[in-house]
Amino acid sequence: MTKTRRISGFLGLPFVFWAAAFIIIPLLMVVWYGLTDENGALTFANIAAIAQPAHAKALLLALLLSLLATAVCFLLAYPLCMFLVEAQKTSNSFLTMLLIVPMWMNFLLRTYAWQSILEKTGIINTFLTAIGLQPLRLINTNGAIVLGMVYNFLPFMVLPIYNVLEDIDKNVINAARDLGANGRQTFLKVIFPLSLPGVISGITMVFIPALTTFVVSSLLGGGKILLIGNVIEQEFMVAYDWNLGSGLSLVLLLFIIINVVVSVISERGEEELRRRKSDAEA
Amino acid sequence: MALIFLFMYAPIALLIVQSFNKSKSRGRWGGFTFEWYGSLFSDESIIEAFTNTITLALLSSLIAVVLGTAACIFLTKLKKRTRSILMGVANVPMLNADIVTGISFMLLFITLRIEFGYSTILLAHITFNIPYVILNVMPSYRDLNPHIYEAALDLGASPAYAFFKTVLPEILPAILSGGLMAFTMSIDDFIITHFTAGAGVQTLSTKIYSEVKLGIKPEMYALSSMIFLAVLILLILVNRVQGSSRKAQEEEV
Amino acid sequence: MRSNMKKMVLLLCIPALLAAPLSGCGKNEGSGDDSNLLVVYNYGEYLDPEVIDLFEEETGYKVLYDVYETNEIMYPKVAANPSQYDVICPSDYMVTRMAEEGLIAELDMEALPNAKKYIGQEYWKMSESFDPGNRYSVPYLWGTVGIMYNRSMVDEEVRSWDILWDPKYYDNILMQDSMRDLFAVALKKLGYSLNTTDLKELQEAKELLIEQKPLVQAYVVDEVRDKMIAGESALGVIYSGEAEYSRWENEDLAYCIPEEGTNVWIDSWVMTKESRHKKAALEWIDFLCRPEIALMNFEFIYYSTPNTGAMDLMEEELLENDVLFPDLSKYKLEPLQYLGKEAERMYYNLWKEIKSA
Repeated sequence: MTKTRRISGFLGLPFVFWAAAFIIIPLLMVVWYGLTDENGALTFANIAAIAQPAHAKALLLALLLSLLATAVCFLLAYPLCMFLVEAQKTSNSFLTMLLIVPMWMNFLLRTYAWQSILEKTGIINTFLTAIGLQPLRLINTNGAIVLGMVYNFLPFMVLPIYNVLEDIDKNVINAARDLGANGRQTFLKVIFPLSLPGVISGITMVFIPALTTFVVSSLLGGGKILLIGNVIEQEFMVAYDWNLGSGLSLVLLLFIIINVVVSVISERGEEELRRRKSDAEA
Repeated sequence: MALIFLFMYAPIALLIVQSFNKSKSRGRWGGFTFEWYGSLFSDESIIEAFTNTITLALLSSLIAVVLGTAACIFLTKLKKRTRSILMGVANVPMLNADIVTGISFMLLFITLRIEFGYSTILLAHITFNIPYVILNVMPSYRDLNPHIYEAALDLGASPAYAFFKTVLPEILPAILSGGLMAFTMSIDDFIITHFTAGAGVQTLSTKIYSEVKLGIKPEMYALSSMIFLAVLILLILVNRVQGSSRKAQEEEV
Repeated sequence: MRSNMKKMVLLLCIPALLAAPLSGCGKNEGSGDDSNLLVVYNYGEYLDPEVIDLFEEETGYKVLYDVYETNEIMYPKVAANPSQYDVICPSDYMVTRMAEEGLIAELDMEALPNAKKYIGQEYWKMSESFDPGNRYSVPYLWGTVGIMYNRSMVDEEVRSWDILWDPKYYDNILMQDSMRDLFAVALKKLGYSLNTTDLKELQEAKELLIEQKPLVQAYVVDEVRDKMIAGESALGVIYSGEAEYSRWENEDLAYCIPEEGTNVWIDSWVMTKESRHKKAALEWIDFLCRPEIALMNFEFIYYSTPNTGAMDLMEEELLENDVLFPDLSKYKLEPLQYLGKEAERMYYNLWKEIKSA
């Protein structure tokens, strides 16, 4: 037995080394740069900088747009998943597949293509003017950014919700029906609570990339909309101020940690539920 | 429903149409042409970006599979507390925002004075791929019956032999799906590559991002359309085969 | 649930298997011996690709070619890794900055006979404003910044920067997305120098640009050209070279240098101090100064060339073109200068305020 243990310890070495060198140390570097100035002296100025009007506005706008995008994703994904689970029963998985295939075209290209749809001489406005309506200002607006976020991150919401919905025991639903619950009651009291873990993991998986994106805003915002992701990216790639960039990323890290804690708690809850269920079954 | 699919596919349809557009300007239709599908293969920079993307994804997922599988074996032997801490660390790149991960790598490489290039991208990709391998392999490895492996040892097999004969076949499907998931993540990544790429090394993503400012070359549309159609056809075929085999199974039952 | 998740993942990934054999083995070059390598870092679409082939054929060097969109994107990459690139093509003020910070090397003019012979005297003189003594840089292309307008959407005569603040053109104005170029417009409209470091003047310019922001359709770099050609916008701030190309694609377009004055810029070739291929770097710079090669690049990009040898090969008609070769004495032209780290930071912070407004 000791021999196997020694072998497994040996197997673990590269992984532990890797995790230390490429996960822990890089993150500590961000913390280090975030807490020092260009001369290496300790300071909180880079973190406090989030309160500057330009940064605060960028953070608030990012929060607002990403929350909006998360909400829209949820509202689209949930009914879609219910439909897909139904369809799965009758036909095959073709529809589900159709939802995933678009991910195989580079996401930058797909997002960029929205420019041609939304711009002033784009498809939608050409159509509107052709039928005699006023063209709309679509591209380079907050709405365009939300659309880009939804478009890019929708699958992250669909997959977890789809998985929990498909996992729900059909007998539970039938039992609720038999006990006289109508469709709405069945949904609110049975289906939705059971699908909550999937919903929460979907929300966290959409919210973080949406909050921190700089790609969507630079592709669909026309340089007019500055999100916190853009500020950080530019501090690194344009202004060359790694200390400030790191300090602002530490603020983002705070949101990420909150998000992770939420998802861990909900996962714990899910495990608890499962254990109780198996206890009850036993 | 139909609206959601329209929403998902409208940009893709547009890109495919664009790949047949004779005019180089995005806003103009200059007539139908196959030209870009031909010139694509003589455009060295696109082919190189494509090769980089694919080799990076292959190498990084392969190495991540080896490291990640070894890590699973190691982790299951640990006490629960140590294990959950290490698992937490391993999952960081998956949970963290890409921009923070990218920045942390950039700072690391700058501090260590490692020259930015192919190898820095590779290191970063391996790192964010490992958690996806663990995610897939861990449950399958934990469900294994340990007695079979021990029995093999008792019968005189060397640990390596016992592993390859008893453990590996059992967890192979999980390893494969973990590896494929890692491959996909690597192909799709832009943000982390953006912060870790150096002179002259481009992947399809970074190339597209820099081309956006200049106008995307029509060859890029052609390449993407080809990849997309190939994937679509393959998936339809797989789906057919699965469907018919399922039907056969049902009939047997 | 797990098995379902996996099925999804597999569906997602199957294509990967397909792509794998396609790629083959391509990643061998670049490794090992790199003594005959030359790493060139240039603006995007700023060189006829055939020129690279010609250079490689003639000299046997292998050129690694990388591009950037703005000086601000190029600079940190070079500063972070000074030995990574051999030759770069920065703009005027960036040459000063890189020279001051010791990133670029003095050039041995004796090794550059074509540069000495063919680059016109007035251009060497112009570049003295950012490279005193012409020690570090060889002029490559130059031009002005002005307003491009679509005559089917703008009936009036365009004379001044003021038109970019006219509410009539709501959502019909394209501005430059690089910091100094954006401020230059507002500063010139206010009658200040575009190299000012006076905070009060800059604040004024910032206010003006924030006031203008609702009218602006987008802040863009090189997309101005395509958007103007497609008729997306009535007015756009653009480099003179792009203007010439756009006029061929869409004949409604016209270009004007505003009467308040504007920025004249020169992009020049420099060699990095840490370059590991200095001989090749000098050969590259001199190669580009050959009249036929300069002409090839001119005809590919249509930015004004300072190469008199190339001009001799051009048709008379082109030389009379006022956009490409404007009468330098007729306009109030001012090159951008490097203002020092602190002033750069000041500009940058104000710029961020505009962008987040």
